[in-house]
Amino acid sequence: MNNSLILIIVTTALVNNVVLSQFLGICSFLGVSKQLKASASLGGAVIFVMTISSAVANLLYTFLLAPLQLEYLNTIVFILVIATLVQMVEMFLKKTSPGIYKALGIYLPLITTNCAVLGVALTNVQDGYGFVESVVAGFGTAVGYTIAIILLAGIRERIDESSVPKPFRGAPVVLLSAALMAIAFMGFGSLAL
Amino acid sequence: MNKYVERIYNGIVKENPCIILMLGMCPTLAVTTSAINGIGMGLSTLAVLIFSNLIISIMRNIIPDQVRLPAYIVIVASLVTIVDLIMQAYTPGLYSALGIYIPLIVVNCIILGRAEAYANKVTPDLAFFDGVGMGLGFTIALTVIGLAREFLGSGCAFGIQVLSEEIFHPIAIFGQAPGAFLIMAILIAILNGASISTAANDKVEGCDGCCASCAKSCDSREKEETKA
Repeated sequence: MNNSLILIIVTTALVNNVVLSQFLGICSFLGVSKQLKASASLGGAVIFVMTISSAVANLLYTFLLAPLQLEYLNTIVFILVIATLVQMVEMFLKKTSPGIYKALGIYLPLITTNCAVLGVALTNVQDGYGFVESVVAGFGTAVGYTIAIILLAGIRERIDESSVPKPFRGAPVVLLSAALMAIAFMGFGSLAL
Repeated sequence: MNKYVERIYNGIVKENPCIILMLGMCPTLAVTTSAINGIGMGLSTLAVLIFSNLIISIMRNIIPDQVRLPAYIVIVASLVTIVDLIMQAYTPGLYSALGIYIPLIVVNCIILGRAEAYANKVTPDLAFFDGVGMGLGFTIALTVIGLAREFLGSGCAFGIQVLSEEIFHPIAIFGQAPGAFLIMAILIAILNGASISTAANDKVEGCDGCCASCAKSCDSREKEETKA
């Protein structure tokens, strides 16, 4: 049991990295990776939201959609629940822990449109994960996202100080860095799991 | 020029959602491993986009302004579910190739972006043709990117071997995940070099830059922050 959970974490965080091999959450991956600090905060917010939303989506699916045979409504239900959940998390943090809210606050609404969160909820259902596995998969995916965005931010901070050929300035060099990272992450695919 | 033709031209060339506006990056990078997948994804997005533009434009006076985004999301999600079920029934091969990216059309920025930026302000006929133009622009861009990746990655075009392996040694990496980033990087570098301005460089500079609605919420938030 414990082994399979560790397997899920390693698979979701490294082998099937959500950004570099699944291409989910590209918008914020490219948009918020300019500074290390901001990307670490976004990563924290994503871990928080994705773990909770995986849990909620799983409960909804098992106890509401499946018994009523409304599985085909999962896309609609999940997107609405995630949007509401993010709002609630935001309000809850604002009231209870202003410190965390200040660090994560401005990134929370971005997560509503982050396709990775919906993607994980849907993948969990497709893979037939139970409650614990869903939560672990959500957490692992979010950790993978955080690793990727922090690494890219580190690379971009270095790129800022070097001279890049003119046509490659801006987006192209960021995408090239992402491509090299993706090649490196392909190496995890050969882990004997 | 006829105003309907103008909308279609705008969607395909002037404001191509994929290449100029840089919307919907996730499906662009993820499913373009072959030209066929690109067409499939493009056409399913086209179908959703046309109907979402049409419905949102028809209902633009009924939906209260405060709850417009949730309302749009419900409309789009319903349409995506319909497309999902239709594809599952009639094109099972394509359905399994595109997998999770079909339900994820819901969060494709192009759709909410067009609803927010255009469809909720104009009459249904214009919104319809805007959907056709934007959808075709997206389809064409995905097909071209898919074709380039398929050709470089395996020497095929639309699944048919064009160059034999003795003449052209395929660069397998273009068919895999890193190839998507590489192709986009090269494409944007070419556009930069030709001084065609795209939203790509703004996208990596700011906030999320994801879609019209999102960018707006970022701006207003920044103002709130500075006020506070």
